[in-house]
Amino acid sequence: MKPVIILENISVKYRAHEESIKTFKEYAIQLLKRNVKIKEFHALTNVDLQVNEGEIVGVIGRNGAGKSTLLKVISRVLIPTDGRVRLRGRVSPLLELGAGFHPELTGRENIFLNGTLLGHSRRELESRLPEIIEFAELDAFIDAPLRTYSSGMVARLGFSIATTWRPEILILDEILSVGDEAFRTKCKTRMAKYRDEGASTLLVAHDMNTIGTLCSRAVWLDHGEVKAMGPAKEVVSIYRQSQPVKK
Amino acid sequence: MENYSSTKDMYSFDEMEFTYDSAKRRSPALEELFSIIRYRDLIYQLVRRDIVARYKRSILGVLWTMLQPLGMMIVMSIVFSQLFGHVKGYSAYLLSGLIAWTFFSQTTTAAIHQIVWGGSLIRRIYLPLTAFSISSVGTGVVNLLLSVIPLLLIMLIVQRPITWAILFIPIPILLLTAFSLGVGLILSAFAVHFPDIKEMYQIIIQAWMYLTPILYPADIIPEAYRNWVLYLNPMYYLISMFRTTIYDGALPASDILLIGTAISLTTLLVGWVYFSSQMDDFAYIA
Repeated sequence: MKPVIILENISVKYRAHEESIKTFKEYAIQLLKRNVKIKEFHALTNVDLQVNEGEIVGVIGRNGAGKSTLLKVISRVLIPTDGRVRLRGRVSPLLELGAGFHPELTGRENIFLNGTLLGHSRRELESRLPEIIEFAELDAFIDAPLRTYSSGMVARLGFSIATTWRPEILILDEILSVGDEAFRTKCKTRMAKYRDEGASTLLVAHDMNTIGTLCSRAVWLDHGEVKAMGPAKEVVSIYRQSQPVKK
Repeated sequence: MENYSSTKDMYSFDEMEFTYDSAKRRSPALEELFSIIRYRDLIYQLVRRDIVARYKRSILGVLWTMLQPLGMMIVMSIVFSQLFGHVKGYSAYLLSGLIAWTFFSQTTTAAIHQIVWGGSLIRRIYLPLTAFSISSVGTGVVNLLLSVIPLLLIMLIVQRPITWAILFIPIPILLLTAFSLGVGLILSAFAVHFPDIKEMYQIIIQAWMYLTPILYPADIIPEAYRNWVLYLNPMYYLISMFRTTIYDGALPASDILLIGTAISLTTLLVGWVYFSSQMDDFAYIA
């Protein structure tokens, strides 16, 4: 089994000013008053995680437990304050559908804008263009400005661009909420196909049944620390037992 | 409870196969350079977006880029031509300085806007963050080249000869680009922390413009102030270089060229290194 993600001793510390200082003017004033205090917030503490090729790993935990921070570290958005990240292959950009879409540009122009933001070259995009348009079901509207699209159409286009290339590491945050029922099914089918083709998946969900049935292993994050890790069903049951006590 | 397979197993595979390793990063400035080269198509798309989106719903379209400095030049010419009547072909003198200045002020301001706009992206997807400043400057270069057309027209009208020296113009443009990119990078690194840098910068740039010989000839500055107003002002070298090749129809003096090159390249280097060193923090703040 080849590991595709290795996180070693990952810590993420956010440093924020104690009082919210939003402008340079405020900062200068507070600095003169010697009032600038830095508050540290530990989003992740000493997290170790290894995901192997073809594995589906669930990430569970309450809101603010550090799930999104973990995904950000894996998708290279956040450089961890401490620890080492190693990745093999491309990480899917599912965190942001339709990044940087511009309303005045046509659907076709937006494919190139969004696609290059996600790191694809123009040539790559040109060769997959028909496929992207077809999957988004936008053949008739692709040369109309994006501002004329419905929100469902925009979401479909975003999803289609983001998932046309099969990533080695698939990140699924929450349950897909794109477009109508039929399109959702189509999306799930595509995700399942990539998974079957050997993409490793990191699934974040609040629905414990999804985690229990889909994932082989699970990680439970609590206040930025790994509370439990192991076979998905075991972790889910430990997590469930712990919940009523906290209420 | 089972942890990941075993610690031994973790280190037994070939490490070279990893495509990303946070422990094996080169210097941030170099890393960013390689990254932006891979993302070069993004720069093109961002520049294209700025230009296409700006003109899509306007009747005159790209003509606006040429009309805007022209309009400003006409107003200023009327106001100041009495004062600076001794400058030959004052309109051409003014316009050539104005175009170079507009390039600088617009691209640096745009760099701030772009990084603030990109804030929501920075928190969600990985991309080389210098792309925002570089594309701002790229858009500026397109606009600058377009506004050279009305400048040549004015040269003909006020009967200034256009000489072969104009072929030298890519050099001043390149140096202006390098300087503006350096300043844009420094400003946008600040702007991530403090968005109100934008307002502060507008005041600075107004003052800076009037301290630079754009609408008045450099020789009206009294000898005593020249050190401050001219020789310590980077834009003096860059603007006079640009202006010389068109308005004077001559090659820039070698000392101006030398100092201008040194200032531009140093600013770019400092801006790039500083921005790269701050970059890792952006996703934490933005």
